[in-house]
Amino acid sequence: MARIEYAPAPESRAVVKLRRQYGLFIDGEFVEPASGEYYATINPADESPLALIAEGGEADVDRAVRAARRAFTKWSKLSGAERAKYIYRIARILQERAREFAVLESMNNGKPIKESRDVDIPLVAAHFFHYAGWADKLEYAGFGPNPRPVGVAGQVIPWNFPLLMLSWKIAPALACGNTVVLKPAQTTPLTALLFAEVCQQAELPAGVVNIVTGHNQTGAAVVAHKGVDKVAFTGSTAVGRQIAETVAGTRKRLTLELGGKGANIVFDDAAMDQAVEGIVNGIYFNQGHVCCAGSRLLVQESVAEEVVARLKRRMQTLRVGDPLDKNTDVGAINSAAQLARISELSDSGSTEGAERWSSDCALPDKGFWFAPTVFTNVSQAHRIAREEIFGPVLSVLTFRTPAEAIEKANNTQYGLAAGIWTEKGSLILKMASELRAGIVWANTYNKFDPASPFGGYKESGYGREGGRQGLAGYLEADHV
Amino acid sequence: MTLVLGISDSDLAAATGSDAALRRFLFGLPGVDQVGAEARAAALGTRSIKAQTKRDMIDLAISMIDLTTLEGADTPGKVNALCVKAQHPDPTDQSAPHTAAVCVYGDMVPYALQALGPDSPIRIAAVATAFPSGRASLDVKILDVRDAVANGAHEIDMVIDRGAFLSGRYMQVFEEIQAVKQACEHAHLKVILETGELQTYDNVRRASWLAMLAGADFIKTSTGKVQPAATAPVVLVMLEAVRDWHAITGKHIGMKPAGGIRTTKDALKMLVLVNEIPGEDWLSPDLFRIGASTLLNDLLLQRQRLRDGGYSGPNYVTVD
Repeated sequence: MARIEYAPAPESRAVVKLRRQYGLFIDGEFVEPASGEYYATINPADESPLALIAEGGEADVDRAVRAARRAFTKWSKLSGAERAKYIYRIARILQERAREFAVLESMNNGKPIKESRDVDIPLVAAHFFHYAGWADKLEYAGFGPNPRPVGVAGQVIPWNFPLLMLSWKIAPALACGNTVVLKPAQTTPLTALLFAEVCQQAELPAGVVNIVTGHNQTGAAVVAHKGVDKVAFTGSTAVGRQIAETVAGTRKRLTLELGGKGANIVFDDAAMDQAVEGIVNGIYFNQGHVCCAGSRLLVQESVAEEVVARLKRRMQTLRVGDPLDKNTDVGAINSAAQLARISELSDSGSTEGAERWSSDCALPDKGFWFAPTVFTNVSQAHRIAREEIFGPVLSVLTFRTPAEAIEKANNTQYGLAAGIWTEKGSLILKMASELRAGIVWANTYNKFDPASPFGGYKESGYGREGGRQGLAGYLEADHV
Repeated sequence: MTLVLGISDSDLAAATGSDAALRRFLFGLPGVDQVGAEARAAALGTRSIKAQTKRDMIDLAISMIDLTTLEGADTPGKVNALCVKAQHPDPTDQSAPHTAAVCVYGDMVPYALQALGPDSPIRIAAVATAFPSGRASLDVKILDVRDAVANGAHEIDMVIDRGAFLSGRYMQVFEEIQAVKQACEHAHLKVILETGELQTYDNVRRASWLAMLAGADFIKTSTGKVQPAATAPVVLVMLEAVRDWHAITGKHIGMKPAGGIRTTKDALKMLVLVNEIPGEDWLSPDLFRIGASTLLNDLLLQRQRLRDGGYSGPNYVTVD
């Protein structure tokens, strides 16, 4: 018998009711942008338009910040327990509407439904639950007996985990008593706008959450606005640098969660089958659109050949295609621009002498697609070993000793995440203590938990999101 | 791939040269990370099987069943009924495939042979070697096997000595399997690891390799008398073992999960594991079996539902 070909198993789109056009969510309601301009957001899997999105400008951002400032007066005075009620309510509604959010996320972002359904949306709800729990316990969080909110938070988020990044930003901000103006990524605004409907459904006081859509200049306006007390950004290191310059010399606080070039380090005594799974999960999860992706595989020379052979065999079973099909493992690249960047960097890998291999998957004609790819014979000097590709492209390097592994893993401008694969516990502890990375996974990769702080070293940014540490960016410590 | 797990074909012969060599070999196999193996099995469990794929997979699953009765209360009449069911699982639909085998105690083999007839494509598997505990002397176990083979069994399902395995007497387990294999003559040998008693996935992997080194034609999870039995991660680890064995030797070893597979969903998950771990070669009753008794009726109910568009009910499949 031939290999079983799974019949298409598409998740129904019927659960999502899209409007033709979305305004900006300011002061509790959807409003027209001052410019009157809209742009189309598309489904990256087939390039079909999904809805028209308002182009927010400086005037709109100003309106949103003023609304947030007005709301702050009351919201920050509510008791923690009262704020928690709203945040718990939001979390429960997100759970109730999980399927709707998952389908919409996959439609707008291109990620497979099994990820939006089993990873993104459950984590989103978990994040709101986690921070709802903190709201009435802030005096025990280690910031003094009466920590106070910072004020209005301006938050700019990326397109790789649209709703999850929203939750990482909004949940701690609200729990601490701040109000927010959030700017979603231009290509993935839809779940943020659906979230705005959830805020209405939860009867969150008007102005506590404001969502302003648009392109880069909209985000720049949020960051630059004088009424913003705190800026939180997740995205590329290049934009993060611009934001740091904008904010420098102002009273604004800043947290940045930027790029990465994570090293996934496989020792010769690793549980090999699970290590291969971990490599796959590290770089092909979410099409590699993951800042903490394990995009550099550092494998001990003695097992390199076999690990790569097993990896390629495993990659042949990855199912690339319709993000809404429940059996899809790898979905669409989020945009034409990102596809161009992935292609350009991959071509540089071939030009510079690395050996390129891609799985033999058929790619759809329409939309933005890139086959899971691995480069071997990569050296530290290659661009594909240094620059963040942000796509399903793995660079394989080898090492001989733990010291060499640490040296190579740390030899990067970034320092966000790393993975260690060995059956030897003491080696895990040694490696973890010497790796300059904010997140170190042992015998797993890309596992997230709202209780665990997330953030980077070096050019991967500063500040932590998640857990108790995630409160720090949104509280003024009090030393009464 | 020339080397798999750093092992070449000639290393396999050397692995069983002495007690120490065998132990070194088994402990040289890469470990199994419990969390990772369970996560992978769970992820494959979310594959969605629809439409024609589901029809084909249900029929494939039926054709892979070792339809089993292993009760103290088994009688010739019960075995006869089992054999009729194995031949014609669905009395309302002759297009339903027959099962791969019936699986009975050794003394029931003549009745099965009588019921199925000499030319039946359905194999007769007999459990032997003091099944299910395996607690008897080697001589008794060998007699048990010879008796079943003499009675006409085509396949022998033996149990390993878990006590010996858990106390580290690997060579004893190895030699016992070899002796049983010899006693089987032409009958196929399935080696039951009783994974529920081995407990760790590392043990499951080592026992799988031990059985393959000793000449098993099939490796099988469980007797069905101990829980947990054929869990998805255990099946995953064993399928990885037969896959790697094939990569080294070019030889196909079969795999049989048994115990606890009761629903169509469970069975289809097993086939997904086969599809995505060792691959298409194993999607055949020659290399993959499912040991089960109640599973067949659930597969038939699902088959009827796909045919008729609605659930029929428990009175539309036979109770045997």
